[in-house]
Amino acid sequence: KEEKQRLRKEKKQQKKNKEKNDEKTSHEEQPAGSASQPPAQPSPKAVPVPASEAPAPADKPAKSKADLKAERRARQEAERASKGKKGDVGQPAPTGKLKAPPSELQPVVKRLPEHVQVDNPEVVKKLAKKLERQQIPLRSDYGYKVSLFSHLHQYSRKAPLTQQLGIPSTVIHPAIVRLGLQYSQGIVAGSNARSVALLHAFQQVIRDYTTPPNEELSRDLVNKLKPYISFLNQCRPLSASMGNAIKYIKKEISNIPSQCKEEEAKIKLLNCIERYINEKIVLAAKAIAKYSIEKISDGDVILFPPNCSFNVTISTSISSSLVNHILCEAFEKKRKFRVIVVDSRPRLEGREALRRLVQKGISCTYVLISAVSYILPEVSKVFLGAHALLANGYVMSRVGTSQIALVAKAFNVPVLVCCETYKFCERVQTDSFVSNELDDPDDLIVTRKGKTQLEHWQKVPSLGLLNLVYDVTPPDFVDLVITDLGMIPCTSVPVVLRVKNVDQ
Amino acid sequence: MRPGLHEEWGEIDLTERIEAFLSDLKRGGSGTGPLRGSAEMARETTALLRRIAAQARWSNAGDLMEIIRTEGRRMTAAQPSETTVGNMIRRVLKIIREEYARSRGSSEETDQQESLHKLLTSGGLSEENFRQHFAALKANVIEAINELLTELEGTTDNIKMQALEHIHSNEVIMTIGRSRTVEAFLKDAARKRKFHVIVAECAPFCQGHKMATSLSEAGIETTVITDAAIFAVMSRVNKVIIGTQTVLANGGLRAVNGTHTLALAAKHHSTPLIVCAPMFKLSPQFPNEEDTFHKFVSPHEVLPFTEGEILSKVNVHCPVFDYVPPELITLFISNIGGHAPSYIYRLMSELYHPEDHEL
Repeated sequence: KEEKQRLRKEKKQQKKNKEKNDEKTSHEEQPAGSASQPPAQPSPKAVPVPASEAPAPADKPAKSKADLKAERRARQEAERASKGKKGDVGQPAPTGKLKAPPSELQPVVKRLPEHVQVDNPEVVKKLAKKLERQQIPLRSDYGYKVSLFSHLHQYSRKAPLTQQLGIPSTVIHPAIVRLGLQYSQGIVAGSNARSVALLHAFQQVIRDYTTPPNEELSRDLVNKLKPYISFLNQCRPLSASMGNAIKYIKKEISNIPSQCKEEEAKIKLLNCIERYINEKIVLAAKAIAKYSIEKISDGDVILFPPNCSFNVTISTSISSSLVNHILCEAFEKKRKFRVIVVDSRPRLEGREALRRLVQKGISCTYVLISAVSYILPEVSKVFLGAHALLANGYVMSRVGTSQIALVAKAFNVPVLVCCETYKFCERVQTDSFVSNELDDPDDLIVTRKGKTQLEHWQKVPSLGLLNLVYDVTPPDFVDLVITDLGMIPCTSVPVVLRVKNVDQ
Repeated sequence: MRPGLHEEWGEIDLTERIEAFLSDLKRGGSGTGPLRGSAEMARETTALLRRIAAQARWSNAGDLMEIIRTEGRRMTAAQPSETTVGNMIRRVLKIIREEYARSRGSSEETDQQESLHKLLTSGGLSEENFRQHFAALKANVIEAINELLTELEGTTDNIKMQALEHIHSNEVIMTIGRSRTVEAFLKDAARKRKFHVIVAECAPFCQGHKMATSLSEAGIETTVITDAAIFAVMSRVNKVIIGTQTVLANGGLRAVNGTHTLALAAKHHSTPLIVCAPMFKLSPQFPNEEDTFHKFVSPHEVLPFTEGEILSKVNVHCPVFDYVPPELITLFISNIGGHAPSYIYRLMSELYHPEDHEL
């Protein structure tokens, strides 16, 4: 709504300027009279205007602003004409206004506003109201938050959101409830795994969906999905890949023509989702593996911090994380290499990856991240996975990735990042503070030799534990990004995004 | 039978003490053994050396130096990573040389450095065999060692006093693992200034946890982070203050693992790296001695035995130390003041005699 108001104001200003210009040019243009009609008036009789308007201001080079405005108006009239007899009289005006600025901004990647603002009480109140409307419980923050991160949420794993839901929940589909629980407890973790799980859950939702009478499937289903997304966001903040997947689904749903029967529409949507998973995740993994294998030569020693690549623990056709997959493929192609697996507390995801590699028969070494500068002189390549690639070329990945890239740079070891294109994101970020996720701080507590040092950290007022989940790696540390579109440098990410936007 | 140490009532006591010290050393160096800090280790070594000087049988300086050298070799062999022991032995040897020279009447400064002039004119000085007997030598040596002991006791205090010159208010300071020197340094500054400390926990021993609890009990705002988050939070850090196990002869450090990453991250963000190291940690070793530089402990700290079968198929490393090159270090704070890493070689030549570098 705010956006609409803002755009309306813009249009009014432009109209004022345009009127000033038009007064000067009005003696030249005959059809200018109808052109200077304020676009706020819904005028279905604007049909004859467009063609005559376009060549009119072309002879005044100094009035290029007027050119643009006239062209824009021509486009608006044309669009309005095509929509013409649709029936809603009130619609063309706001859609006309809304359509103009986005078409102006078409070549530029849109800026996404930051939505998590825990330190702003108004935003928190608004969020609480929205959740109340959607009948979803609000998750409360846990523990003392480090002041640098007071704008982020910090939840405890021991208090899952589902405890506050009634059984059975009338608002939220049980598949989504299960998914939310899996996310918050860390059972399904990792960018790919979470996206695939989300899409499967949505497939289930669509299967069980029936259009209520007097409602259109395209609009009602989208509205049904909104509380689910809020719920999942409360369980665990959405990742960039999940965001892209949701955008795709919403677009597909709203593109369903209204005369389509319900059964047909559902089958169509299910197929869309299946195709998305297949293209963007499964086949992309195969393509990336193909490119990466060219980069692995005999006798290589590869460093692999699996805290950035993900295991899929639900039953799908994908059975390995991306870099794990690449290494197994390369091993099958009879390349001789050695892998060093670097792990870090508190998640220790490396052990699982280590098990898979050892099962395949690859010779592995295992160290903790603090020993990286000891082990790096023996390494010939570093493979990293990514959670998302940002529009300014920064790589967002598990915490610790940027450190490994830094030390690798100091030792002159090439760093390769493997990432599917569906993880590319329009956000920009330069440090790991403004947008991050805070995990349960109790994970840092460890018992050694029977003594737990940090057991009573909550009682000590000046002690805080920080368990970050993500960090950003600057593009100068990364030598190559391997995607399903090919091997690109880190700085080409906005190009890929632009191509994708134009396609859609 | 070693020369000079034979069975008398006082000397059985001495041998027993030496053996007890050696077995203590073998059991573990400072940090993982019977939890002694380097300062305690240095004090015990010096006290033991004083006892040897007092109770062993020797008639001239050369004999004493020989005894100390032999015992010293045994001590360093017991725990090669504990360089403080070797450093104290070299200090005492230097003291003996100085006292001897003073007793002989020649000035101390000239036979320190091997200037070209000296090599040309007085070639015979380096063949000094310390065989002359001086009656007052024993008392002088013991007095000098007592001075050394007082100096050792005051090192932490001297370093603490410099804290306020380096920390201003509202700063964010980062440190790694646990160092008693840095702890005292920060606590002293916290009496007058308010600042925030971030401690990297330093897996797998997680000594950072103990440091954090201790600092927070002194009222300092502390945050514990994992090792993986060091680079992520470094952009908000104003200074990095660390302790070290040894300061090497080229100005580099042998510090706890993870320090090299910390130093690289600090360099990337142009954050000053300050090392608090008392003088007894300065060692004449160079970092290119590969087989003695690294120390490894049991890999079960990294991959515990509960992981099962994969243990036999995987190589696991658990190094304890890291090498930090001198280019990454901004300042050394020691009990005699602050120095740049390029000055370390000079300090070393004042503390130790070049012939003692190899015990």
